[in-house]
Amino acid sequence: MANLKVKFCGVEFENPTVLASGILGVTAASLKNVIKNGAGGVTTKSIWLQEHKGHANPTMFGTEHYFLNAVGLSDAGIEKAEGLFAEYGAKGERVAPIIASIVAGKAGEFAELAEKVVALDPDVIEVNISCPNIEDEFGIAFACDPLQAAQVTEIVKKKMDEIGSKIPVIIKLSPNVPNISRIASACADKGADGFCAINTIGPGMTINLETRTPILKNKVGGLSGPAIKPIAVKMVHDIVKTTGLPVIGTGGVMTGEDAIEMMMAGASLVGIGTMVYYRDVGGFGEVVAEMDAWCEKEGVKDLSEIVGTVKM
Amino acid sequence: MDVKNHDTRPEMMLIKKIVKETETIWTFVFEYELGSRPGQFVMLWIPGVDENPFSIAHDDGSEFWLTIAKVGDATEELFKLGEGDKVGIRGPFGTSYEVEEGDHLVLLAGGYGAAPMYNVAVNALKKNCKVEMIVGARSEDLLLYEKQVEALGADVTYHAATDDGSKGHKGYNTEVLEEMLAADDLEGGPITRVFSCGPEVMMKKGAELALKKGIPSSVSLERYMKCGIGVCGQCCMDDTGIRACKEGPVYDGAAALELSEFGKYHRDSVGRKVNW
Repeated sequence: MANLKVKFCGVEFENPTVLASGILGVTAASLKNVIKNGAGGVTTKSIWLQEHKGHANPTMFGTEHYFLNAVGLSDAGIEKAEGLFAEYGAKGERVAPIIASIVAGKAGEFAELAEKVVALDPDVIEVNISCPNIEDEFGIAFACDPLQAAQVTEIVKKKMDEIGSKIPVIIKLSPNVPNISRIASACADKGADGFCAINTIGPGMTINLETRTPILKNKVGGLSGPAIKPIAVKMVHDIVKTTGLPVIGTGGVMTGEDAIEMMMAGASLVGIGTMVYYRDVGGFGEVVAEMDAWCEKEGVKDLSEIVGTVKM
Repeated sequence: MDVKNHDTRPEMMLIKKIVKETETIWTFVFEYELGSRPGQFVMLWIPGVDENPFSIAHDDGSEFWLTIAKVGDATEELFKLGEGDKVGIRGPFGTSYEVEEGDHLVLLAGGYGAAPMYNVAVNALKKNCKVEMIVGARSEDLLLYEKQVEALGADVTYHAATDDGSKGHKGYNTEVLEEMLAADDLEGGPITRVFSCGPEVMMKKGAELALKKGIPSSVSLERYMKCGIGVCGQCCMDDTGIRACKEGPVYDGAAALELSEFGKYHRDSVGRKVNW
């Protein structure tokens, strides 16, 4: 068996697979169950300061090639997150590292939110500036404008310095931009410790032919699933090449070989979400086993050796 | 990796018939080969309004029934529809109630829970089971599926329990179950299995009584569901994290008793704990 352990921003993961934000992330019990099924780490559903209602149903569905969702970032707010972290366990007692995803509608809110989330002592903080579904309410996503993306990064990093927190801060980027490297380097300039990329693509829309209406209640939603992997691989490669910072490569990873591909592109960790729809939660362990089998076949002793080894 | 059969887009289906069980509880009949097992559910989409899970009351291979109570905004809209209108259906999803050949079965149903239990009864008869359906309601007029169950023949008995004593036993249906489990001269022999569907406190009691008696039981877990396909995590239960939509809704009774939240709390649409 190859060594599958990976270090990301100083945090050790048993294997590179990490549950992506927004899937099975409502409760601590669910997150622990994902670890039990083989994931190396988990990401919470995005945490707001206050309660945030999501969209009505239908909020998601899949097809053979793609998955479309518009949940609308529903969350009960920071108090619920406090309960979740208490149940997940304190550092040292945790079954695996936990990444706290945070989201806000106004840049200024990220400071207070970051401070409150630091108190929960997550292993990593992921700043979600890229969900396309909130654009209707708040205009353009922060992630789609280099100045706004940099501003949010600066606000969070400044707060971390102010309170003396060493918890790494990574920025979750949107693929829905003409040049993701520009956004990434704008965030890197303000002290981002790493990135998670990519969020869902689009938004996209699917129409029911009989009703002649969009299926999603929100009409449009973020695209994920097998079809988006080549875009994710390309963007992860761009970000790593431009910034040199560690990246959680996320988007369309369904198999161990997909995960290997993402790591060759430059990802240190591999985010997995929609896979749960296609292979169920047990798929985490299967993906890890498939990665190990690939290492065996290729004579790779230490999986982290393959990060960024794509020949261009 | 096999990604075939992964289409969960809703399919528009014609409401063939509507049977009014009461003013506020209607059965919607759809002509469609759903291929479901008893206890499974579908997601019903009213375009432009909402989409919600409903358990299946009957599926004979060519048509299926959904018995639905008018309880909220979405069902309010559904009750404005008539025969010939269409709604979207996805599914069937989740686990099912499975009997063994020759079981002497108790179906413990509270309120609307009678509908999926009817589905179980129909299927149990195919496996030569003897069925005792114990239905609880506030009063006689709220007892569901009595006529349909009686039409199933001599191997199924409908036992009523009402809070006000207007029909059958005055009190809880779990009291009827308790008596049945205690009886040593029960016609058809001792009870071999208990299935329940309805209020969680009732199902908890049913599972506890079965456990005490040393016989298997199943309950139907009901939690706020969003996706219905095991992805969103909204219906996960403490403290094992099982999903009501995927590992459930039908779940082993003894295992349900081990769930720390079973009978105690559930979660709202934003994931906050709410005590029952």
